[in-house]
Amino acid sequence: MTARGKRLTLILAALALLGGATALVLSAMRENLVFFHTPSEVAEGKAPVGRTFRIGGMVAEGSLERLPDGVTVRFAVTDTAKTIPVVYHGALPDLFSEGKGAVAQGQLGPDGVFVASEVLAKHDENYMPVEAQHAVDQAQRAASTLEP
Amino acid sequence: MMGNDRGMDATPGRRQRWRQGIEARQRAPRSLWRFAAPQQFYPLAGRLAPWFAASAALLTVLGLYLAFFVAPTDAQQGEVYRIIFLHVPAAWMSMFLYLVMAFWGIVGWVLNTRLSFMMAHALAPTGAIWCFIALWTGALWGRPTWGTYWVWDARLTSQLLLMFLYLGYLALTRAIEDPRRADRAGALLAIVGSINVPIIYFSVQWWNTLHQGASVSLTRAPSMATVMLVTMLIMAFAAWFYSIAVALWRVRTIILERERHTDWVAAELDRLAARERG
Repeated sequence: MTARGKRLTLILAALALLGGATALVLSAMRENLVFFHTPSEVAEGKAPVGRTFRIGGMVAEGSLERLPDGVTVRFAVTDTAKTIPVVYHGALPDLFSEGKGAVAQGQLGPDGVFVASEVLAKHDENYMPVEAQHAVDQAQRAASTLEP
Repeated sequence: MMGNDRGMDATPGRRQRWRQGIEARQRAPRSLWRFAAPQQFYPLAGRLAPWFAASAALLTVLGLYLAFFVAPTDAQQGEVYRIIFLHVPAAWMSMFLYLVMAFWGIVGWVLNTRLSFMMAHALAPTGAIWCFIALWTGALWGRPTWGTYWVWDARLTSQLLLMFLYLGYLALTRAIEDPRRADRAGALLAIVGSINVPIIYFSVQWWNTLHQGASVSLTRAPSMATVMLVTMLIMAFAAWFYSIAVALWRVRTIILERERHTDWVAAELDRLAARERG
């Protein structure tokens, strides 16, 4: 093997080793790298109890309720399997709405209600004009009325 | 083909063969290898750069026109989504240029070509600027949509790490006096740091993040309306051509600086000075 080939092999081998080491570290820290826990994970007891953490999922349809004081809201975060009720005192982001993604930071109370100190909206990666969204919504509504 | 092979223990005989190899390479009119010599690449870069700059300018004008006047309002986010036309090309370019820097670092380490290291140097400031633009437009986009400028999720944190890798490269290569050592140290940082790029790219798949997943990928159909997608790709090509043009101009300056003791640079500087005088 030429000196040049040796150097190339050495660099590629070092890079492969480093990549492997990084992959191992990242997979070992997998639990700590998530930005939020899903309601199912909370139900399985994977979320830190008694500490501040984030839950994420969809805002359940029909769950958003504004209390008479004007600044407190109640809603439920769901991942379709499990649902967690959330209470939040503050302004919601513009994109926050039922059926859309949201991430709430706070603590889980003993009554099972998540008391949020911050609520963020999580939007998806779909971009389409208003008319296209309208067509999609109509199609979905038509599909849901066809179901028995 | 070049018949030279330069090891660390280059004996006088081998060195002579190496030199003959370079000369043969520079004489060979058809071989692309002659452009590995800074003296040959300097005029080529000077001829290519204006074309890339002009293409970048045209594509930017077209892209911005499409972005502001043709692309429809997004059903979910309204007008604010239009920042995607700058945000995504900047983020792509910041990741891509780092990989290109690492590539030139490997080429430089393996083939001992000075020009490869100079290319890596020339790319670093542009990559750093794209990285900054990606972070900055992301913050401006995050506030009205997510409700926050910044969160420490995997995507945003790994992109911030890329910014520090760029700044680290710039600081490291400028802190070492000896250019050959600076080249090699910088290249090593670029090669090691390139591991972060796939982490940035796949972070939204591997972990729960606030940042949404990729709208455009090679493995499935894009989840964007066609007009929006075309506009974004045009802006991405504009960013790419701009980066090439700027890197070529910058590498010319670096070549003049590094080769200033040579006769051809002295002649070139005389020529430039004469043109300056009119």
